[in-house]
Amino acid sequence: MTSNNSALHPGSYLDQQGKYKGILGWLTSTDHKRIGILYLMCILVFFLVGVTLGGVMKLELLRPGEQYIDAQTYNGFFTVHGVIMIFMVVIPGLAAVFGNFFLPIMIGAKDVAFPRLNLFSWYIYLVGSGIAVLSQFGGNGAPDTGWTFYAPYSIDSNTNVTTAVLAAFVLGFSSILTGLNFIVTIHRMRAKGMTWFKMPLFPWSLYATAWIQVLATPIVGITLLMVIAERTFRIGFFDPSLGGDPILYQHLFWIYSHPAVYIMILPAMGVVTEIIPTFCQRKVFGYQAIVLSSLAIAGVGYLVWGHHMFTSGMSDFSRMAFSFLTFVVAIPSAIKVFNWIATMYKGSIRINTTFLYTLSFVFQFMIGGLTGLTLGSLATNIHVHDTYYVVAHFHYIVFGGMGFAFFAAIHYWFPKMFGRMYNEKLGKIGWAIVFSGFTLLYFPMFVLGLQGMPRRYFDYLPEYSVGHFISSIGGFVLIFGIIIMVFNLIRSARKGELAPANPWDGKTLEWTIASPPPLENFDNDVVVTEHPYDYK
Amino acid sequence: MQHENTHITSYRAHGVILVLLLFLTAITITVTWFDAGSLSVGVAMFVASIKASLVLLYFMHLKFDQLVFKVFAAVAFLLLAVVFIITFFDYLFR
Repeated sequence: MTSNNSALHPGSYLDQQGKYKGILGWLTSTDHKRIGILYLMCILVFFLVGVTLGGVMKLELLRPGEQYIDAQTYNGFFTVHGVIMIFMVVIPGLAAVFGNFFLPIMIGAKDVAFPRLNLFSWYIYLVGSGIAVLSQFGGNGAPDTGWTFYAPYSIDSNTNVTTAVLAAFVLGFSSILTGLNFIVTIHRMRAKGMTWFKMPLFPWSLYATAWIQVLATPIVGITLLMVIAERTFRIGFFDPSLGGDPILYQHLFWIYSHPAVYIMILPAMGVVTEIIPTFCQRKVFGYQAIVLSSLAIAGVGYLVWGHHMFTSGMSDFSRMAFSFLTFVVAIPSAIKVFNWIATMYKGSIRINTTFLYTLSFVFQFMIGGLTGLTLGSLATNIHVHDTYYVVAHFHYIVFGGMGFAFFAAIHYWFPKMFGRMYNEKLGKIGWAIVFSGFTLLYFPMFVLGLQGMPRRYFDYLPEYSVGHFISSIGGFVLIFGIIIMVFNLIRSARKGELAPANPWDGKTLEWTIASPPPLENFDNDVVVTEHPYDYK
Repeated sequence: MQHENTHITSYRAHGVILVLLLFLTAITITVTWFDAGSLSVGVAMFVASIKASLVLLYFMHLKFDQLVFKVFAAVAFLLLAVVFIITFFDYLFR
């Protein structure tokens, strides 16, 4: 892919002539674009591993009773699926791949503020991911606690919990350093004339995200160290038998892990806010409202963690406060949806693969968001807590939201990143199968959850058979669609039609430079005079 | 960061801060000898906040830095305080 493209795009970042050539040239490059591609490759591999684990779980759940894996193996599978998907795919996801690649270009800079730190972050990510993979093998087997590592179970479990927790701890460092890099880059390296309110909305979303990464991640880091200390030295932080409090663990864990949902979804919202004006050829509706809603989501989203703990024995006062705050955070999210739809209104809409994924994002995010209010309400939460309803809601936000935004982003920026166009027809076929598979897989889970099907069980009662059967079929359809999409992108990167500089008639700075971009992005210092979405 | 803005703190000042930190650590340890209920957590958090502030102000030179960095640090501290307060509200009302 690389050599093929570099020959056709002399002077591009793909043709970089550094100290080393070939694979070593990639592994030692501090160019933000190459680091973005490195993250993309790793995340794609881990995503496919996570998908495979999910596929095996759906195979097991196709019919009631033990089919292919026993209960303990199933426990390991859903834990590993969660750890990989959360810590190695969706949290770094959009920010590490597209943030790295496009943030400097979109603000008119030649690179991030700390290029070496940027490469170091990727290596930390690799080390953390390596430890996570190691935790699945050897010792006493894969951790079986679920990705939340709830105490006291994570304290008592004989499986490789310590290794998995250590992996999450190390991955957190990568996240913090990337966030720090982006904050400094946005503050210090914006092009001349690019005031805060002339900055495109994807960098704005990255800015809000970066603050959460820097401020929230250390808390989970300390918490995970406390788990290791408790497991290793029997210090009673969380285990009641040692004098600890398990609810304290849940507080500390969710203080990070709820904002982590916003680390995933805020850049997704930023991507969608870039795509909609471009494909509607219309100025974004309510630019400042979108900026402020991003900051509001980051701020209020930091204070709603307790809604994960309504049934854990927390005080009534706290439950009411967290429920109220959860409803408050829905407001800026709804503002964004309103702005996206208002931007489309009377626009010259072009329906292509990118836009179809974007529309799917809006549709699925609304379902995920509204079902989140069911869970944020104290009374209904008790009914559906720890059921498939939660699994469905979570996947509608994380996969239907962040995942589909990732798919939209890779199609949107594909011509810029690889200098070639993807196959539109195959792309649309892939989208149709992915969207259908997604809906078949996750929508029945809402019904199953309302009927009382508990999550994390490898077996179920006969009355849940139909729902599980439809869901499993949907899982296989989704996997088939993902294979088509990935095949299309890999094939197009090698053999696609050559891309012009601005195939979508975009207005932001990345569309003013060649596809793929030159090594230092811009030949001259950039001076910004216009608003980023000045469509007629 | 720029050379002309670099502030060099004297050994004496560093020494005084070190002694203060050790003294505050002694207070933290002493507090654990008495069962003052939820108040003991408050005292420990208060002492820890003073220690963290001293480290930030003198050892990390925040005292001599630009206003913007002070604001960033203050916001981070404020957020952490809010998070702690919300968490401890659960314990107070449980």
